[in-house]
Amino acid sequence: MITVANLEVTFGHGAKRVQAVRRASFSVAEGASFGLVGESGSGKSTVLRAIAGLIGRWSGRITVDGVEQKARRNKAFFKTVQMVFQDPFGSLHPRHTVDRVLSEPIAIHRLGDPERRVEAVLEEVGLGHSFRFRYPHQLSGGQRQRVAIARALILEPRILLLDEPTSALDVSIQAEVLNLLSRLRRERGLTTILVSHNLSVVAHMCEDLAVMNHGRIVEELTVEQLRAAAPREPYTRQLLTASLGYDRAAIDRFEDFGAETP
Amino acid sequence: MNDGPLLQVEDLSVTFDTPKGPVAAVRGATFALGREKLGIVGESGSGKTMTGRAILRLIAPPGRVAAKRIAFDGQDLLALSERALREVRGRRIAMVMQDPKFSLNPVMTVGEQISEAYRLHGRHNKAEAKRRALEMIGAVRIRDPERVYRAYPHELSGGMGQRVMIAMMLIPDPDLLIADEPTSALDVTVQLQVLAILDDLVSQRGMGLIFISHDLNLVASFCDRVLIMYGGRIVETCAAKDLHDAKHPYTRGLLNCLPRIDGGPGALPVLKRDPAWLALEP
Repeated sequence: MITVANLEVTFGHGAKRVQAVRRASFSVAEGASFGLVGESGSGKSTVLRAIAGLIGRWSGRITVDGVEQKARRNKAFFKTVQMVFQDPFGSLHPRHTVDRVLSEPIAIHRLGDPERRVEAVLEEVGLGHSFRFRYPHQLSGGQRQRVAIARALILEPRILLLDEPTSALDVSIQAEVLNLLSRLRRERGLTTILVSHNLSVVAHMCEDLAVMNHGRIVEELTVEQLRAAAPREPYTRQLLTASLGYDRAAIDRFEDFGAETP
Repeated sequence: MNDGPLLQVEDLSVTFDTPKGPVAAVRGATFALGREKLGIVGESGSGKTMTGRAILRLIAPPGRVAAKRIAFDGQDLLALSERALREVRGRRIAMVMQDPKFSLNPVMTVGEQISEAYRLHGRHNKAEAKRRALEMIGAVRIRDPERVYRAYPHELSGGMGQRVMIAMMLIPDPDLLIADEPTSALDVTVQLQVLAILDDLVSQRGMGLIFISHDLNLVASFCDRVLIMYGGRIVETCAAKDLHDAKHPYTRGLLNCLPRIDGGPGALPVLKRDPAWLALEP
C-alpha cells in the first residue's frame, strides 16, 4: 500500500544544512499498521510528512496505493491519505467551529450531503451532536483530538498517518483515543503509520515497527520480536531498557548513539 | 537542625477566585517529607503543580494559599514575611521547572546565571563563583564545562538546558528540591540520565526531593514514596515499590489504562471516574 525507498530529506543550505532523513526504506501492506519510533530529531515525523506531501523537496521513491508520488499531490491523493497531528491545540483553527472544520473537506472534495456526513463522523468518534457547533476552546484536549480524527476520517481515507496522536494527552485520555483508533482501523480496514517516541504505544497499536536514529532506520522488527526483548541493534535495546523505567545501574551503561558520517 | 520531618504540610488548599466563583485547585492536602524522594503523581489539573508551588508561596493572585501549617525545618513558611521567605527560596528550598527554554534567561550566558545564583546566596567574589559554577556544571556531567559556561541557553539542547537548571538550583546547596516535571520535555534516555544525576546528588547531599510527574511508571521506579492526586486531593499514599498493588480505584484505573510492551493488542481498559472520589474525605 505504501512503499518508501531510499528516502532522503535535507533542510537548509551551506553550513546550516541538516540531513533529516538518510536513505530510509520500508513498506506497509494494505490494512497493516506500521510504527515509526525514535527520539526527537530522529527524522520519524519528517518521513511521515514526506509521505503526506507536506515536504516539498525530497529524493527517493514514495509509492502510495500503486501510484508513484511527486512533490505535488492531487486531490485524489488527499482523499486516500489523511493525517492526524500531535498537538490538538495547534491543529484546529481556533475560530472555526467543529462543524466548519468538518464541512470544509466535504466542500473541497464536492462529496455532498455534509449534514449527514458530519453527524455520522461525530457519532463515530464518540462526540455526538452536542459538540457540532462548539469552538476548539470549548473542548478538552481529548475531545479536540477526536475532532482531529473526525476531520481526517470524513473523507473516508484508506490510509491514516498518525503523528504522535496521544503524546499531548493524559494517560486515561490516551487509552480512550488509542481504543478509538484501533476500532476505526478494524472497522474501516485502514492502513496506518503511527509515529511515536513511546515504545509501549507503538507496541500496542502496531504489528511491525522501524526504529530511527539520526535520520536512519536502524532496525525493522515485528512487535513479537520487541516483546521477546530480542532486538538486534544495541540502540533499540537501549531504547527498550529506557522505556521500562528508572534503573540506576542500567543508566550507567547507556551509550551515546551519535550520528555517524555516511 | 531538628530531627522531625524536613517538611510538614497540613491541610493545604489553593483556591482561585474566578468570575464564576472560587475554584479549588488543591483541597486539604496533608503530607510529610523526610530526606527522601517523594513523588507526586496525577493527571493534568490534579493539583500536583499547585501543591509544589504553594510550598514556596509561589502562587500569584487571584490564587490563595491556605493551610493549617507548612513547616519547613521547624519554621512555618506561611508565617514568614516576604523578605524572610526570600532567604528560604533558592537557598533552602529550590525548584526546577519543566521547560529550560522558559526558565533560563535567554540574554545571559549559562555561566553568569549559575554564578549569579551562587553569589546571591552568600558573599562570594566573582572568581570563586566561577570556580564553583564550573565545578557544578561538571557535577551534572556536562563534558566541556568551560564551553557550556560561555554558552547562551539557545545554544544548548533540552537535556543540557535541564542539567544547567539543576546545576543552578543545587549550587546554593538547598535542603529540599522541588522538581516539577523536570524531564518531561526530554527523550527517554536523556530523561533517565538527568534523573540519575539528580538521584546521585540527592543521596550524596542528603537532600529531600519532591518529584512532580504525570508518569506513573517513572515515579514508581525512581522515588521512595508516592502521593497520588486527583481533583486536588491526595487520594492515596504508598511506597513506590508497592504502587503496582495500589488500592484506590483511581490509581488502579490509571495503571491499567497504560499500554504495555508485553500487553496484547486488545482494547485498553478505560478509566471510569467516580464522583465519589472527589467527595471522599482523605
